[in-house]
Amino acid sequence: MNIELRNIHKWFGKVHANDDISLKITSGTIQGILGENGAGKSTLMKILSGFIHADSGEILLDGNLVKIKSPDDAIRLGIGMLHQDPLDFPPMRVIDNFLLGQHGGLFLNRTQVEKQIQELSQKFGFQINPDAYVETLTVGERQQLEILRLLWMGVRILILDEPTTGISANQKEKLFATLVTLAKQDLTVIFVSHKLEDVQGLCDRVAVFRQGKVAGELTPPYNTDEFIQLMFDKEIKIGAKTTACRPEPLLRLENIGIEDYRLRLRNINLTLYRGEILGLAGMEGSGQKLFLQMLAGIKRPVCGKIMINDVNYAGKRYENFLKAGISYIPASRMEEGLIPGLTLTEHFILSEEHNELLISQKEALNLTQSRINDFRIKGVPYSKVEQLSGGNQQRALLALMREKLNLILMEHPTRGLDIESSIWIWKKMKERCADCTSIVFISADLEEIIQYSDRILVFFGGMVSEPIDANTTSVDELGQLIGGIGW
Amino acid sequence: MTVQEKSPQTTSLRSRINWLDLGLRVGAVIMALLITSLILLVANAQPLKAYWNIVLGAFSSTQKVSAVIASWVPLVLTTSGLLFTFTAGLWNIGMEGQVVVGSVFCVGAFRFLDQTGLDPWIVITIAFLAGALGGFLWAILPGVMRIYGGVNEIFGGLGLNFVAKALAIWLIFGPWKRPGVASMSGTEWIDPQFRLTYLPGTSLSPVIVVIALIGAIFVALMLKGTHFGLRLKAIGKNDRAAHLLGIPTTRYFLLAFGICGIFAGVAGSILVTSKQFSLIPDAGFGYGFLGLLVAMLVNYHPILSSIVAFFFAALSVGNVELQYMGLNSYLAGVLQGFLVLFVVMTNGVRQRLYKKG
Repeated sequence: MNIELRNIHKWFGKVHANDDISLKITSGTIQGILGENGAGKSTLMKILSGFIHADSGEILLDGNLVKIKSPDDAIRLGIGMLHQDPLDFPPMRVIDNFLLGQHGGLFLNRTQVEKQIQELSQKFGFQINPDAYVETLTVGERQQLEILRLLWMGVRILILDEPTTGISANQKEKLFATLVTLAKQDLTVIFVSHKLEDVQGLCDRVAVFRQGKVAGELTPPYNTDEFIQLMFDKEIKIGAKTTACRPEPLLRLENIGIEDYRLRLRNINLTLYRGEILGLAGMEGSGQKLFLQMLAGIKRPVCGKIMINDVNYAGKRYENFLKAGISYIPASRMEEGLIPGLTLTEHFILSEEHNELLISQKEALNLTQSRINDFRIKGVPYSKVEQLSGGNQQRALLALMREKLNLILMEHPTRGLDIESSIWIWKKMKERCADCTSIVFISADLEEIIQYSDRILVFFGGMVSEPIDANTTSVDELGQLIGGIGW
Repeated sequence: MTVQEKSPQTTSLRSRINWLDLGLRVGAVIMALLITSLILLVANAQPLKAYWNIVLGAFSSTQKVSAVIASWVPLVLTTSGLLFTFTAGLWNIGMEGQVVVGSVFCVGAFRFLDQTGLDPWIVITIAFLAGALGGFLWAILPGVMRIYGGVNEIFGGLGLNFVAKALAIWLIFGPWKRPGVASMSGTEWIDPQFRLTYLPGTSLSPVIVVIALIGAIFVALMLKGTHFGLRLKAIGKNDRAAHLLGIPTTRYFLLAFGICGIFAGVAGSILVTSKQFSLIPDAGFGYGFLGLLVAMLVNYHPILSSIVAFFFAALSVGNVELQYMGLNSYLAGVLQGFLVLFVVMTNGVRQRLYKKG
C-alpha cells in the first residue's frame, strides 16, 4: 500500500515534536526512518498507527484520505506497528495471543486459527509453536510472533520501532531476512531506528529526522558521512580507547553460584579492579542479568562469597550493597528506574541520603538544576519524568547516581540512544572510572562492549567464560562464543 | 524536539491550580446532584425542597452547626489517616474496623482504670493512647498480611472489618455485658467524669476540634514538606523503583498502615468519649468508609480533604431533617455515593484529555 503524509504537525505542550512532516512511501519498499532520540520518529509512527493524533495534516493511503482515530482503526486500514516493547501477554499461549486480537464472534475457533498460523509461518519462514507459552520465547521470537500476528490480522503496512534493540546479531539477521521477504510480497515496511548500520544494510530509502523535521532523504549507495551530517548537522568522532584500571582489587567473587527457575550458574571466580570496566556479553537470558543483580544485592547467590574489603556481602540485603557504594541502573527505565508522576526535583531529593525531616526546596532545586545542566537533560526541574523523551529519561537515570561510588552496575546503558548521546554517556562514565569507580555493564551491542570494556565475560546457557581481554578480541570471536561455539 | 526555555522563577514543587481539573470536578458535583434529584422526583419529592431541608438541618441553629462540627472531627481524622495509606498506594479498606478496635481499646482502658481514683484527665489520656494503640495494631495486621503473606490489603482489611465488629459484639454480649441485661444498645456507659465536656447548649467538646485540626495539619505537613511524605509518594507510584533508589519500602508500607491506624484509633476514642460513652456494635459509625470516599473525592489532597469532610458531615447531619418530609434519611448516602462515582469517572475523562494533550 502506498502512503502519503502531508504537512503533519504535532505539539506536546511547548514541544514541537513533528514540524510539518511530509513523506511518500511506495508499496513494496523498506523505508528507513533515521534520527537521534527526540527527533520525532516515534511520534510520527504513533500518529500513523493511531496511538496519538496529529494536530494538523493529512494521511493518504493509496491516494485516499483516511482518518486514523485508534490503533484498531489503523489495523482495519492495514497499518500495524511492532513496538519497542512487545505488546503481548506472556503468561498465555501463542495461539491465545492471536485469538485476543480477533474481531467478532462469541466463540473461539482454535483449530482454524492454528491452521492459519501454520500457513503464514510457512509463507514467511517463521518457526513458532502455536502452543508454546509466550514467556518461554526469546525477545527475537516474540518479535516474530508479533509480526506474524499483525500479518494474520491483514496488515499491509508494517511499522517497526527500533526493532534491533535487545536482540542478538543472529536474530537481527533473521529479522532482516523476514523484512525483505515481506517487502517482496508487496508489503510496505517502515523501519524506525537510530542505528546507521541497520538502515544502511536494510532500507531501500531512508528519511533522516532532525528536531521534528525531515532533514533529508537518502537512497543507496549510502554514505555514512552524509547520514551523520543530516542527523546531527555536524561531525562526530568516537574517542580513542583509554583505560583507568588500577591494580587494586575492589571486589572478589569466590565460587559464586546463582540460579533462578531456568538457569544455574556455578563456580564463578573473579577479581574486579578499581576503575575497571567489565562488559557482560551474551544472548538475552543467558545469565548475565542474574550476575549483575547478584552484584547489586538484588539476587542472592546460592553459594560462594562476595568479598568487599574483607567483608563477605553474600546474603546481605540490598541496603548494605547501597551503603557499600554500589549503584544499580536498571534497564527498564520507567518500570524500575524512574517514578512516573514525580518531577525531576523530587527524584533528586529521593536519590540523596537525608536524615532530616523537612525537605529544603532551595537546596533540592539547586542540585536538580546543576544535574540538569551537567547531564544536559532537556527538561526543567518540575518536569515529570514521563514527559521526557527516552534519551532524556536515560540521562536523568544516570544523573540520579550519587557522587562517590565504588561500583556502578548498568543494564543496556545506551539502549535506544543515538550515537551522540551514547558517546557522551560513556564519556561521563569514564570520568567516574578515573575517579576509582568500577563499572560492570550488560549490552547487546558487541561493538560497545569491545570499545568500552577492559575485560569481557561471555555468558552462554548458564556458563561463564574466563575474563577476555577486550584489546585482543573481536566482534567475530565474541559472536561465536555468544552463539555457543568455541567453549 | 525542542524545549523552549522557561524562567527558573516558575520552577516549583507546588502544584499549580488547574482550571480544567476544577471544571471537571464541579461538573461531577452537578451531575451527582442531578441524578439524586431524579431519584427524588421518582420518590415524589421536590428536590430543591429536599436540598434546602438538608441545609436547614445542618445549619439552622447553633445546636445543629455544632453537631456538624462534632461529626466532622472523626471524619477528618479517618480521612487524614487514609491519606497516608493512599499516598503509599495502599487501599486501607480495613479503616472501619480500625476505628472499631480503637473504640474497644479505649472503652477497655476506661473499664480497667475506672476504680483507680486517678485524675480523670490522666485516665482519658491513657484511654486515648490505648485507642490509638488498638487502631495501630489492627492496621498493622493487613500490612503484615500483605508484606509477608501476599494477601492483598483490600481483602485483608475487608476480613478484619468483620472480625472487629464480631469482637465488639462478643464483648457487648460476653465479658463486658451490662449486669443483668446484655443488649445491642451496648456496654455500660463510662463514668461521667471521663466524658469530654460539651460547650454549653451543644453536643460538641472543643478538645476534639483541636485534635482534628492538629491531625489535619500534621498530615498536610508530613505529606507536602517532608522526606517521609515524598518517599511514601514515590513508593505509591512505583515501589520497585523506590526500592532500588534505596527507600526501605517494607518499613514505609508498615509505617503508612500504622499511622493510619493511629488516626483511626483516635477517631474511635473520640466517638467513645464525646458521642457514645460506651461500646456499641456499630462503634465505627461508618466513619472509616466515609473517610475512604472523601479521600478519593479530593484525589488525596490534604487541605481539600478537610473542606470536603466538612461538606460530608453537613450532609450527614442535615439529612435527618428529611424524615419530616416523609423521606428516608439515607439520601445523603445516595448523594455521597454518586459524588464519588462521578468524580472517579471524571478522573478517567481527565486522563484521556491529558493524553490528547
